[in-house]
Amino acid sequence: MSTDTLLSFEESLEKFDPAMGLEVHVELNTNTKMFCGCPAVFGGEPNSQVCPTCLGLPGAMPVVNAKAVESAMRIGLALNCEIAEWCRFARKNYFYPDMPKNFQTSQYDEPIAFEGYLDVELEGGEIVRVEIERAHMEEDTGKSLHVGGATGRIHGADHSLVDYNRAGIPLIEIVTKPIMGSREKAPEVAKAYVAQLRELIVALGVSDARMDQGSIRADVNLSLAPVGTGSLGTRTETKNVNSLRSVERAVRYEMQRHAAILDGGGSILQETRHWHEDTGVTTSGRPKSDADDYRYFPEPDLVPVAPSREWVEELKGTLPELPREKRGRLQKEWGFSDLEMRDTVGAGALGLVEETIAAGASPQSARKWWLSELARRANDSGQEIADLGVTPADVAAVQALVDAGSLNDKLARQVFDGLIAGEGTPAEIVAARGLAIVSDDGALGAAVDKAIEANPDVADKIRDGKVAAAGALIGAVMKEMRGQADAGRVRELIIEKLT
Amino acid sequence: MPEIPGSSSPRGTSGRIEISRDEVAHLADLARIDLSDAELEHLAPQLSVILESVASIAEVAADEIPPTSHALPLTNVFRDDVVTPGLTAEQALAMAPASEGQRFSVPRILGEEA
Amino acid sequence: MTDYLRASAADLVAALEAGETTSVALTELFLDRIEAVDSAVHAFLHVDREGALAQAAASDARRAAGAPASVLDGVPIAVKDVLATEGLPTTCGSKILEGWIPPYDATVVTRLKEAGLPILGKTNMDEFAMGSSTEHSAYGPTRNPWDLDRIPGGSGGGSAAAVAAFEAPLAIGTDTGGSIRQPGAVTGTVGVKPTYGGVSRYGLVAMANSLDQAGPVSRTVLDSALLHEVIGGHDPRDSTSIKEPVGALAEAARQGASGDLSGLRVGVIKELGGEGYQAGVEASFRESLDLLVSAGAELVEVSCPSFVHALAAYYLIMPSEASSNLAKFDAMRYGLRVVPDGDPSAEDVMRASRDAGFGDEVKRRIILGTYALSSGYYDAYYGQAQKVRTLISRDFEAAFEKADVLVSPTAPTTAFKLGEKLDDPLAMYLNDLATIPANLAGVPGISLPSGLASEDGLPAGFQVLAPALADDRLYRVGAALETLLEKKWGGPLLAQAPSLDTGPGGRVGRSAPVSRPPYSTTGEMA
Repeated sequence: MSTDTLLSFEESLEKFDPAMGLEVHVELNTNTKMFCGCPAVFGGEPNSQVCPTCLGLPGAMPVVNAKAVESAMRIGLALNCEIAEWCRFARKNYFYPDMPKNFQTSQYDEPIAFEGYLDVELEGGEIVRVEIERAHMEEDTGKSLHVGGATGRIHGADHSLVDYNRAGIPLIEIVTKPIMGSREKAPEVAKAYVAQLRELIVALGVSDARMDQGSIRADVNLSLAPVGTGSLGTRTETKNVNSLRSVERAVRYEMQRHAAILDGGGSILQETRHWHEDTGVTTSGRPKSDADDYRYFPEPDLVPVAPSREWVEELKGTLPELPREKRGRLQKEWGFSDLEMRDTVGAGALGLVEETIAAGASPQSARKWWLSELARRANDSGQEIADLGVTPADVAAVQALVDAGSLNDKLARQVFDGLIAGEGTPAEIVAARGLAIVSDDGALGAAVDKAIEANPDVADKIRDGKVAAAGALIGAVMKEMRGQADAGRVRELIIEKLT
Repeated sequence: MPEIPGSSSPRGTSGRIEISRDEVAHLADLARIDLSDAELEHLAPQLSVILESVASIAEVAADEIPPTSHALPLTNVFRDDVVTPGLTAEQALAMAPASEGQRFSVPRILGEEA
Repeated sequence: MTDYLRASAADLVAALEAGETTSVALTELFLDRIEAVDSAVHAFLHVDREGALAQAAASDARRAAGAPASVLDGVPIAVKDVLATEGLPTTCGSKILEGWIPPYDATVVTRLKEAGLPILGKTNMDEFAMGSSTEHSAYGPTRNPWDLDRIPGGSGGGSAAAVAAFEAPLAIGTDTGGSIRQPGAVTGTVGVKPTYGGVSRYGLVAMANSLDQAGPVSRTVLDSALLHEVIGGHDPRDSTSIKEPVGALAEAARQGASGDLSGLRVGVIKELGGEGYQAGVEASFRESLDLLVSAGAELVEVSCPSFVHALAAYYLIMPSEASSNLAKFDAMRYGLRVVPDGDPSAEDVMRASRDAGFGDEVKRRIILGTYALSSGYYDAYYGQAQKVRTLISRDFEAAFEKADVLVSPTAPTTAFKLGEKLDDPLAMYLNDLATIPANLAGVPGISLPSGLASEDGLPAGFQVLAPALADDRLYRVGAALETLLEKKWGGPLLAQAPSLDTGPGGRVGRSAPVSRPPYSTTGEMA
């Protein structure tokens, strides 16, 4: 557990200006690895997707995956970057058991894409331009399981077991320039940047873009400088930030932690820190030191990448509609207000709403279910809305039942309970839970008679022409029928019987 | 964010190059070789002699000379994104000093990943 | 009856084609020779009797069916232990890889197998090809068949000695700074470093990737050409492989053997001679130049001023790349694992294993390379060395404007005594003075015997260098010179080598007879 002292967020900002840098690793969804023909898929039997090259066997050599280069360039172009006319791979030398060659084949001072930007929209509608320093190609490492010790964590483990299936999967590392001047919005900017970068990656179709499975991983660099000086302080690099929410929290945490240290006259240790999703704190990792001498040099087993300008132009033509443009178009099509659109995007539900509409629901009903009902449940259970277990097709099916008069909103909520509990399709849940609305006159008539009998004074009022009083009788019938009565038909029956 | 190496030049490229025992120990540490004291004593003067003999190179080529990293100027050598047969897990693990559960077994790992 | 043991590979092919012998008979002949003399020479680290005989039998079956796989189908070969061979130990002369059996073949090995050459075994070498004497092998040195107290050159001393001692008609070597050519020179054999990218490096355990090149080792120029055609050509698994056909090399050798070099301009490199070169080596070189002139060649002196910096550039680039290449030997996935006492971490085990598994020269170069790549030193060392490479390439370009081929002695001296330079790395490095520039520029080179140095009666080598992709010129000029020299000598130079005649008991006893061969074996002994 952390024993870090924190300054309050407000006080931190009174004294210091934050500067952030975000490094996002995107695992590409190519068929094969970066430098060999092994499958680049998630979750095979351990060490079943390996070959001499990705296992780093003596003598084996790398050959670059053309599709990965293409994906890297498309990402670069979508981020408004320059595409290098000539660049090389370089070796980053350091020892680690999950890295088969004990160097990572990466790019160093010659990235494939550089000098770009992403315009990020904040919740209030404000646009912040995040400048991109570079996007470069590299390879992923293997995965270690830590055995012995209590927690499966690295510390206290007895030994480790390594699976190299992931080793060599193509990664694109996207590095921002220092983001300054966002002040109290820094945590929000960080989250919005990663979220909108993720949307862009999804739109490009170059990655599964699942933060929970590590196909997008963010590192957060943060430093503070005395307010108004415009200088850069010593930074820490927080790793393992694997959800959008954590990006925001990690920035906030490090701001407050740095502020407390600096305010107390201390100095920041330049180090790697680890984010703990469960406890919401960072802990010290590894100090930056001479040991970070990676001894980069150009990879002699690979030749330079020199994309022709024709190739670059051709790829520009394949860029999809960018997310922000798409949002504008959809808002118009759906007739959403600015607020409704912002809420939809803010809840991470844009794609879900879009798919729900595509599955047949009206825009307002799709929005209503995702944003009121499902967003609340996701929030209650601390999940991403997409991970609730409810699909856009489910939501459209529920709405279709409502539209057909088979469900009312209250019953529909119970169907969502069933969906989240994994009880089957909406139709199956309606049948199994017996949720369908009763509009059969026989059953309804009996309940209406019972209600009239139990509420003679209300019945009299209606008989006197005060039809508005029918509501009380309808309520009684609904109660009797556990909400499953067709309210419209009940009203008709009451008025028939009493007038 | 990477830092550019070579911001400083090696000491005394024109004069004597002395590589100390401590410096060799540091390099051995970077290279993950557990050199004994005797090896360190033996290596330090040898490395100094070798470095002195190669130091002349620092002044040979002018700034405008481009470096050659590849003897022949090939570019854009790529592979199609098509799966090719690799090794079975059994083959992969056959030469492992230790394995467990179809994984390579390695001693406890000290630090976090770089 | 033909002495197949001493015959050239081309003559063995003729005998096989004529049905005078079989691949099995030839393979057994060489295996028996290995058994007889290798306890003295120690050219082999591993002999694969069973595998070689099986490949030979398959070759005989193909030939009987009228469908040989290549010109060299059935001719046995030895392979330097730096190339991965599926199912056969591959140690690179290092303890750290003792017992490692690769699950795959190097492309060169695949091509040998596809062409039907039975692989006799794996030859000795300086550890990870680091050395010029084969004394840095963790499994003991190879000895020079001309004088068993002397070095056979390095790092490919095993391949050169195997061919010189008639343990194999052909061998594969690798050349990073001269490791094919210099052993060729000091053992009186032929060795070729092809154009960089001409022969696949896939499966060649890299020392310095931007310099390494596999190539043929043989007793005649034509044999090297035949072998070069088998192993050369584009390989999609090596990104630095040249996408061009290997060329008509054997034809160039046959053409050269006619002895006519009219109109050929031969550039003598001013900087590769004089100080540091043994008098007898230089005299032998001059005699060869005279023969080239007599065949119609025109001599021109060329100057390559940057060559004086080649050795320094090489001893920065090579250790830098090597320090990174050898990082993979960390005791985690394969190879030697040394577990120190106590409760060692993975790092502790790496450090201890690398200390125990690597020899002195390897450690020296790893430390040197680590230093040269370190931040603060990169520009001044590795970066500068890469610029010197550019200057050396420019020198070659200028020289090839004036001459069709360039020539020099291959090595400054003849074979020195075992142990003589073992702890003087600088003196050892000087052996590669004349061979290194070709590696830095990627151009091809051949060494062939030019005679015996008068002061010690040991072989000297003649080096021919050609522009990149003009490997055929090496064979044309090499074969012409070989023809002229052999006419002068009345036969091949190796005919003058000591016979290594097997004494009683069937083995050469240099001192005390050895009870078992120094190499490991697969398959039963005949």
